[in-house]
Amino acid sequence: MSKPRVATTSLCGCFGCHMSLLDIDERILQLAEIVEFDKSPINDHKDFTQRCTVGLIEGGCANAENVHVLRRFREMCDVLVSVGDCATTGGIPALRNLVPLEECLEEAYVKGPSVHNPSRRIPDDPEIPLLLDKVYPAHEVVKIDYHLPGCPPSADTLWEALNALLSGKPLALPYALLKYD
Amino acid sequence: MSEPSLILDGREIPFVPGQTILQAAEDAGAWIPRLCHKPGLEPCGSCRVCVVRANGRTVSSCTFPASLGMVVECDTPDLLAMRRLIVEMLFVEGNHFCMSCEKSGHCELQALGYRLGITAPQLEYQFPRREVDASHPDILIDHNRCILCARCVRTSRDLDGKEAFAFVGRGPHKRIAASAGSRLRDTSADVSDRAIDACPVGALLRKRVGFSVPVGRRPYDAVPIGGQEVGR
Ligand code: SF4
Ligand code: SF4
Ligand code: FES
Repeated sequence: MSKPRVATTSLCGCFGCHMSLLDIDERILQLAEIVEFDKSPINDHKDFTQRCTVGLIEGGCANAENVHVLRRFREMCDVLVSVGDCATTGGIPALRNLVPLEECLEEAYVKGPSVHNPSRRIPDDPEIPLLLDKVYPAHEVVKIDYHLPGCPPSADTLWEALNALLSGKPLALPYALLKYD
Repeated sequence: MSEPSLILDGREIPFVPGQTILQAAEDAGAWIPRLCHKPGLEPCGSCRVCVVRANGRTVSSCTFPASLGMVVECDTPDLLAMRRLIVEMLFVEGNHFCMSCEKSGHCELQALGYRLGITAPQLEYQFPRREVDASHPDILIDHNRCILCARCVRTSRDLDGKEAFAFVGRGPHKRIAASAGSRLRDTSADVSDRAIDACPVGALLRKRVGFSVPVGRRPYDAVPIGGQEVGR
């Protein structure tokens, strides 16, 4: 039987959740034995080679590219899991939701104390993904099957969850592994 | 004559006349989830987390008086769903960034989320624009995290004898305010007030004392609020 395939991505996140996955220490060898990584920053595969059993989403959606990648994951993965507070709530990037987008861009590119930008131009190259009006949690954009909050979720949380999902068991985290911080 | 009793989830429990359902349940060892209720304060029934069904009516158990032979349901799937939804509403209608909150691990709202097994809300996040009042040298109010439970209002009025806090506005515009002036520093509120400790969330805080307990040793890291099974 072929190994279940796992795909992962970091949308508007800090890669902390991926770091937490590496934090499972030597269990990573076990993981490499039971799964095959498909599209993921872990193996640097840029696109899906085939349909996956589990997709792990780090980060919420802050721009059009994030939305595109997230939709592609929904299309290609049987089970889609939001990993971390950014995916489940918008997280730290969503702090910008409390400030109008225009003010945010002005502060970052024009008015900020350390900004040197004599043209006062805000980057608008068509190559740059368009920013959304606010940062959205993943489940406000596509259907998400499971959520693993935490900033980041602990290595044990990720390990428990992956094991349950890959063995087809229902995912029920013990109390100590469900945290919002 | 024997003590008056009621039926809670099929179990007969005694009560003292004048007790609320929540108090009677607690005396019988059954912890009903709650948020605005705090022993020692007059119940105000504002959060609805303590929802139960009493003789078929949906009521807040922290305000509803126990009565003879009353049939109370608490631990049912539909009431659990209702309780979850209420807690989820409290999360989405404010701005709760737990990862950077001084109250994290000590917060009763967060702890209820854990206890009820909430991994993400079913409702859209509102991201309201709210203020932080840090004008006072020793304490602050972060309106982003206030759940309007009125614990500070009741504690200041009834235990500190001060009335340092009050509500202003109505509906979605309702917010907690320093009662004597528009800014916290213009009030009689003081760092030693019991009202500060009464806040269940990270809205009313002392300055310069946050994050003093390491992760793993905070009150709700390992033990659910109410000390009972998770998922209720
Ligand atoms: S007040 Fe509680 S729920 Fe809100 S951010 Fe702080 S810890 Fe989280
Ligand atoms: S400041 Fe705290 S105690 Fe006061 S109403 Fe808000 S949440 Fe309740
Ligand atoms: S605890 Fe009863 S309504 Fe808040």
